[in-house]
Amino acid sequence: MSEYLVLIYENEAQWESADGATAGKMMAAHETFGQTNAAKLRGGNALHPTSSATSLRRDSSGKLLVTDGAFAETKEALGGYYVIEAADLDEAISIAGQVPASFGGVEVRPIRVFD
Amino acid sequence: MLAATIRVTGDIDVAEECVQEAFSKALTAWPKTGVPYKVGAWLTTVARRRAIDILRRQSTQDRLLVMVVAPQGEPTAVDGSDSIIPDDRLRLIFTCCHPSLSLETQVALTLRLLCGLTTGEVARAFLLSETTMAARLTRAKKKIKTSNIPYRVPTEADLPERVEAVLAAVHLVFTTGHTAPSGTDLMRRDLVERSLELARMLRVLLPNDAGVAGLLALIVLTDARHKTRTGPDGTLLLLSEQDRDQWDQKAIAEGTALVREALRRRPAGRFALMAAVAAVHAGAPSWEATDWSEIVALYDLLLVTWPSPVVALNRAVALGIARGPEAGLDALNQLASESQLAGYNYLASARADFLRQLGRRDEARFAYQEALGQCENEVERAFLDRRLRELNE
Repeated sequence: MSEYLVLIYENEAQWESADGATAGKMMAAHETFGQTNAAKLRGGNALHPTSSATSLRRDSSGKLLVTDGAFAETKEALGGYYVIEAADLDEAISIAGQVPASFGGVEVRPIRVFD
Repeated sequence: MLAATIRVTGDIDVAEECVQEAFSKALTAWPKTGVPYKVGAWLTTVARRRAIDILRRQSTQDRLLVMVVAPQGEPTAVDGSDSIIPDDRLRLIFTCCHPSLSLETQVALTLRLLCGLTTGEVARAFLLSETTMAARLTRAKKKIKTSNIPYRVPTEADLPERVEAVLAAVHLVFTTGHTAPSGTDLMRRDLVERSLELARMLRVLLPNDAGVAGLLALIVLTDARHKTRTGPDGTLLLLSEQDRDQWDQKAIAEGTALVREALRRRPAGRFALMAAVAAVHAGAPSWEATDWSEIVALYDLLLVTWPSPVVALNRAVALGIARGPEAGLDALNQLASESQLAGYNYLASARADFLRQLGRRDEARFAYQEALGQCENEVERAFLDRRLRELNE
């Protein structure tokens, strides 16, 4: 068994302009996904939008710079994730393919294990 | 052999080492013991035993040990039974052509691991340096390992899509060989032969798959004409100029039977339709007697299953022959804004040819020059140059 991180990338503007009914449907879809795949889920969360993000990096002299916003500005931003357990990439794809992401898509990354 | 060993190791690098060790063991053992009756089986067994030794020592790889002790994974005695090997090759090609790898990487892995090309040979197929290709292959093998891309035949639900991916990779090997993207020869025979081998192997492994039958038919039928595609001096000969008596009739018969089989599945697949076009050409006694309306109709069907600007371009050319250069030119002009065709020399050369037939010499000249500017294959360039000179006479 391997663990994979399923990163949900979606267009934030579409989320923000979605009406209550649409947002409700999306939340319900995530709940259904969670119930269907409960045995394979190791965790997951939704994130506040990138406008709430704070980025930290050190400049060449080692001084910590704190800036407003996400690390990379992209149209589709990281909005949530699941940690799943799967036998192999094919199983991971079949689970990740059920993750609701109407305003974008998901990325599957194997989680590194240090012996 | 490599495929069978990977099933034991679950790791391509370790398997490659084991296979190499088996060969060197053979070099020391065979002069003393004599060459075994079943050479391949002997080597495979030695390589797999070595793989099991390595795995036993790697305690962290318990998961893989389970694979080894599972009844189906355990190699039996050297009984010469090759029955497990075809399955292993099928598993390996599905790993190499996994959609999570880029198409180019899929082709590189397939050539390296299934066709047994060296890294240097794979590099030459892609016109890349050996170092670049070695790095790409290493990255790919690492991804297979870290992402845990499975080494098995996909489930029934995924199978049709995954077979398509394998076929696309094999088709790319063929097209790269059929008309080399650049260089002094029109064809790269080695790559054409590798693609034919792969398609034949798939046919044995998936005898009921219409897509496989279609791709094999396409390769066999197109390749049946290979001897006549260039003249004795290496110049490009068009389909209308080729000596049809020299086409390989045995291959044409084989390919035509395969097309019939492939077309039985509805809707007809992309390769089956392309092969059907090749079959119409192969069955025609001459260029003039070719059923061009049938070819246009086949391209119309192909555009539905595979809507690509290149298919539309081929359709436009066939239309120009079926209904005259004016109709062909109209169809080509509708494709002028296709971004995928921008810089594609066959669009400019097709336009040039219709313009030439219509007697619009200045426009034709300009179009041939445009095509020349986009073409990097020396044999094709020589052909375009010849046409341009004829116009100037």
